[in-house]
Amino acid sequence: MAAAPKRPFRWHIGVFLAPAVLVYTAIMILPLAGTLQLSLFRNIDQVQVFVGLENFRRLFGDPNWSVSFWNALRNNVWFFIIHMIVQNPIGVLLAALLSSPRLRFSAFYRTAIFVPTILSFVIVGFAWKLILSPLWGVAPNLMDLVGLKSLFTPWLGKEQYALTTLSLISVWQFVGIPMMLIYAALLSIPEEVIEAAECDGITGMAQFWKIKLPLILPSIGIISILTFVGNFNAFDLIYTAQGALAGPNYSTDILGTFLYRAFFGFQLQIGDPNMGAAIATMMFLIILGGVCVYLFLVQTRLRRYQF
Amino acid sequence: MTTKLLTALLLGTSILGSAGMAYAQDVTLNIESWRGDDLAIWKDKLIPAFEAKNPGIKVVFAPSAPTEYDAAMGAKLAAGSAGDLITCRPFDKSLELFKKGNLADISTLPGMENFSDVAKAAWQTDDGKASFCVPMASVIHGFIYNKDAFDQLGIKVPTTNEEFYAALDKIKADGTYIPMAMGTKDLWEAATMGYQNIGPNYWKGEEGRTALIKGEQKLTDPQWVAPFAELAKWKPYLGDGFEAQTYPDSQNLFTLGRAAIYPAGSWEIGLFNTQAQFKMGAFPPPVQKAGDTCYISDHTDIGMGLNAASKNADAAKTFLSWVASPDFATIYANALPGFFSLNNTPVKMEDPLAQEFVSWRDKCKSTIRSTYQILGRGTPNLENETWVESANVINGTDTPEAAAKKLQDGLDSWYKPAK
Repeated sequence: MAAAPKRPFRWHIGVFLAPAVLVYTAIMILPLAGTLQLSLFRNIDQVQVFVGLENFRRLFGDPNWSVSFWNALRNNVWFFIIHMIVQNPIGVLLAALLSSPRLRFSAFYRTAIFVPTILSFVIVGFAWKLILSPLWGVAPNLMDLVGLKSLFTPWLGKEQYALTTLSLISVWQFVGIPMMLIYAALLSIPEEVIEAAECDGITGMAQFWKIKLPLILPSIGIISILTFVGNFNAFDLIYTAQGALAGPNYSTDILGTFLYRAFFGFQLQIGDPNMGAAIATMMFLIILGGVCVYLFLVQTRLRRYQF
Repeated sequence: MTTKLLTALLLGTSILGSAGMAYAQDVTLNIESWRGDDLAIWKDKLIPAFEAKNPGIKVVFAPSAPTEYDAAMGAKLAAGSAGDLITCRPFDKSLELFKKGNLADISTLPGMENFSDVAKAAWQTDDGKASFCVPMASVIHGFIYNKDAFDQLGIKVPTTNEEFYAALDKIKADGTYIPMAMGTKDLWEAATMGYQNIGPNYWKGEEGRTALIKGEQKLTDPQWVAPFAELAKWKPYLGDGFEAQTYPDSQNLFTLGRAAIYPAGSWEIGLFNTQAQFKMGAFPPPVQKAGDTCYISDHTDIGMGLNAASKNADAAKTFLSWVASPDFATIYANALPGFFSLNNTPVKMEDPLAQEFVSWRDKCKSTIRSTYQILGRGTPNLENETWVESANVINGTDTPEAAAKKLQDGLDSWYKPAK
């Protein structure tokens, strides 16, 4: 039996892939594996001892941990919901307005709305803390000008409002991203499709709902998943605006800040890298689960249009 | 993503850490600290004074932000990029570093004999056998008031609770000043300047604190709930929107002359002296009845230890011995009024406000914050929970009893007092 002719091993594939694979492995895969491994150990008398799922049993079984965890998860879900129902619709609306050919200065608006996205969280957190400050902030005065002073409360200090306020600040910062992505999607809709719609008498709002929206749905899907991943990894804004204890009364505590306190400790609380890694692992699983649901249930059903 | 954050943090700290290393003929010592405010004092006064006496040793003071110090320090020590000299937080934070072998044992360091056992207690093992940091300073709690405002309204400095609330009522009725500058946004103000400030008068200082550690008293006992009840009464005297008022906001409110009373720690003295345009005075936490013994929180706050991995251990020890000397104490206490030396040799201080604070040491009994020694060890962390609950009590989210119960329950979950 003659051996099949051996194809020469294509070294160049390996060579071209190597840099990306090595860098990605070193800075993403290894730390991730390290975190997963760390979550299965405990530090007993300065020695790392393998304890199996003990850390996770503590995280869910010990009320001292589980109450905080569920609280953080609940807050995180609310943080995500606000983004989904405020940020993305506004993003779509802005993109629709921007893509209107009759709008003047659209480049200016586009830039102005996108600028906050490139600001540092520290600046955003600090600026908004000042704007909303009951002592020196401009918010009370501005509201006074329109006669709404009575509606002003120290939002960041009230348990019932703080998280929603922070979510809206985050929306303000990031609304430019869905806007840009949708804007690009809207621009890529071919003229012929629009013209055909007009020939069929579909114009104005109906055109948006029946023609454009279905065509940009895949982009909206991508934005939703980006928002999901971003929100469940969020940490910076809460940390800069409310501190690591995510006050008042943990009402703004999300998974990121909960992880930070557990991993690095805070004030007298001494950091516990193992419990921290367990929380990080849970965050990883939550995000992985969300992304999988999207990929397998939503993405496959979105119809693609080839032009 | 979280791991990315972590990697970035670790990389960041290690780069920053090594950037401080200068390669010169002289030995260069790096001091790690969270006291960024003191940069000028170290650079202009303390370090030159030391370098003049010890040629060949250069010292660099490299502070980081207070809220990041502990986390950054842990990462740097683990990565081996920390400075030679480590500014020590009191109690367990440093004890933990010592147990990990990051801080060297300096019990036999020349100069350690200048400190009393109480002063050294914050940086010793539980059995008191090994010391690992030189005590530098303590801070005292009390209230700083606007003297001009008090004179204008004809208010006498309050000594009892009754007088205290009468004064607050009078300021509030007048309306020119916000009676008290304190906010609950940053949480720790409520706990440190509130609960730990007035508390010792109720739990009788060391007596209550040690009884709590021994398990003879509980946080739900009346003497531990009473300070919370007092805090709840403060709410109407705080400024509008105090729920979102941060610590710097409170400082500014007071130094701008808009508030009359500031629940303080003595560390404010330096800053207030430079910023306030009016005369200031201070009074210790008011007692319940005239004639009661007064108790103050005189909290051991800062020490300095030796990084066990330091390559310049000998030079660093020379520096630490100098830190333990009366020379250092005099420069430090005068340069930083409000940080009181723990040295046995009495230090002469110029600042009147600082003198006022330190004079309470003679007439009142000193104690340290109740949540630090031993009790500040576990999870949920008693100190951090006290922050949250003190703010809750002032905000009206929790009743004093509910707050105390939450703290005791949290403590019970991990702390079993030795019987």
